[in-house]
Amino acid sequence: MFRYSKWTLLREVLLWVAALIMLLPFYLLINTALKTSADALATPAFQPATNPTFNSFIDVFQSGGSATLLLGLFNSAVITAGAVIGLIVFGSACAYVLTRRLSRVSTVVYYMVLVGIVVPAQLGLVPLYIGARAIGLLGSPFGMAVVYTAMLMPLAVFLYGGFMRAVPVEYEESATIDGASPLRTYVQIVFPLLAPATGTISIMTGLIVWNDFFTPLIFLNGSSAATLPVVVYSYVTGLVTQWNNIFAILIVALVPITVLFLIMQKRFIQGFTGGLKS
Amino acid sequence: MTATQQIPLDSVVPERPEPGRKSRPRPRRALTRYGSWWWAMPALLAVLGVHYVATTIGGAYAFTDFKGIGSFEWIGFDNFTRIVGDKKVFGSIGNTLFLAIAFLIITNVVGMILALGLNRGVRSRYILRTLLFLPVVLSPLAVSYIFRFIFQVNGPLNAVLGGLGLTDWQHAWLADPTWAIFTILAVMVWQNIGMAMIIYLAGLATVPLEIEEAAAIDGAGPWARFRNITLPLLQPAVAISTTLTLTQGLKVFDQVQGMTGGGPYGATDTLSTVIYRQTFANGQFGYGAALSLVFTVIVVIAAAAQLFLTRDRNAGK
Repeated sequence: MFRYSKWTLLREVLLWVAALIMLLPFYLLINTALKTSADALATPAFQPATNPTFNSFIDVFQSGGSATLLLGLFNSAVITAGAVIGLIVFGSACAYVLTRRLSRVSTVVYYMVLVGIVVPAQLGLVPLYIGARAIGLLGSPFGMAVVYTAMLMPLAVFLYGGFMRAVPVEYEESATIDGASPLRTYVQIVFPLLAPATGTISIMTGLIVWNDFFTPLIFLNGSSAATLPVVVYSYVTGLVTQWNNIFAILIVALVPITVLFLIMQKRFIQGFTGGLKS
Repeated sequence: MTATQQIPLDSVVPERPEPGRKSRPRPRRALTRYGSWWWAMPALLAVLGVHYVATTIGGAYAFTDFKGIGSFEWIGFDNFTRIVGDKKVFGSIGNTLFLAIAFLIITNVVGMILALGLNRGVRSRYILRTLLFLPVVLSPLAVSYIFRFIFQVNGPLNAVLGGLGLTDWQHAWLADPTWAIFTILAVMVWQNIGMAMIIYLAGLATVPLEIEEAAAIDGAGPWARFRNITLPLLQPAVAISTTLTLTQGLKVFDQVQGMTGGGPYGATDTLSTVIYRQTFANGQFGYGAALSLVFTVIVVIAAAAQLFLTRDRNAGK
């Protein structure tokens, strides 16, 4: 019944039109970044760059004080990796204990953790800011990774917990019978079985941390640990309307995640929907 | 006599939970030790510290005149009286709710239309899916700058409108108090359509083709099939997608900060931008905390209302 008919073709054409309209901003982004400063201001935006140049990229990499673009990339990578590792190690262990132990306490604690998904972090940020300032963690990548790990922990526990309930306990029982310690059972049997959940959590939380602007704006603004969005923000605020340079910065900032997405697009999409279904 | 000694098998083998039903593992003798509470401690302490202790302290600041440094006084409900008398705050609450609701509706409707379009038969669906999803993974702040360029007075959008002869439709989008908020909405929608789309695609994958075929054979048209078969089966996807878009919409910050900074004249200020400015730019930690408390209450009420509206009405029937 659902053969490829002329209606399917029409649908396909309309979808391509929609997709191309959606992608127009990327054309403007690349096109403008390749223009000279004079052309970027004087020529219409849609007109292809007549003599494309990479000057804006060179400009962007040569300027900048303490918080340069490359440093921002590096900081973002370090903080994202730290937070994701923390969430995987501590989140999976916590979800394991909370969902496998069947006492009333574990159930109550599990739901108390989940409350953190709904309540926005804003209210806690002020005391965290003051606390971090007091112990000197303001402007430190390590402190930032710890804050993210704690902020996103409820989400990680929720996703791991949902997945863990679908994993049969028989594996663990036979491992115990074979003489494995609880730690070994967990590390060698349970954790590998959680790989799909680990993938989902890495992708979801990694994207949240990598793209977050609000938290680092508060904790890292003006420090040498500023992440990419904060660096982009301070650059652009200074450039006002030098659109070719602004767009060169944006391209540098967007390329890593875009490349990663295009390489692993299936995993990204599965990560989003896989985690959401449970 | 052997026959009487045979015990029916199913009285020995305990009943397994029905497949597909979510159930916790049955309580059983402590055959296996599932880790120790110590393993959970780092995560639990982190959650306790950030989501409980810090939030409670933040809530307490709401009743002080704390400036971020030095001592402070307890001033009761003064901060809240100030919020009630602050027209700008009310404007920002209105803007936040408008953005969140409009964003939720448009993103989900367009996302679902795209998902339905992509669902069956389209040959290039994988590449289309990838292209339409790409904006989701990008930094909202960076994306906002691209759109700030597009919405400029002498920018591409006005150029296109002029080229089409629609000069009446041209506006100073970002500087016009009426239109500025729609530019924010446009970025939010553009970036998140793909997310709604893949959630609905995942939901549509669970709709059995046979049921649709049976309905079609019985004479149900496309709309009737959508309304009576597809949409009810998409209920979980609708619940998830609306939850995500609602919370995202209420928390909107990056796009406002990147496009308009809350201007012109607070026309695009949202609760998040006001909280940020009052707390960290103006150093009014007490007042900012009171605003955050109001914000938290709004988010929790909205989330509860949304859960109620999109609940599975057939559950338990």
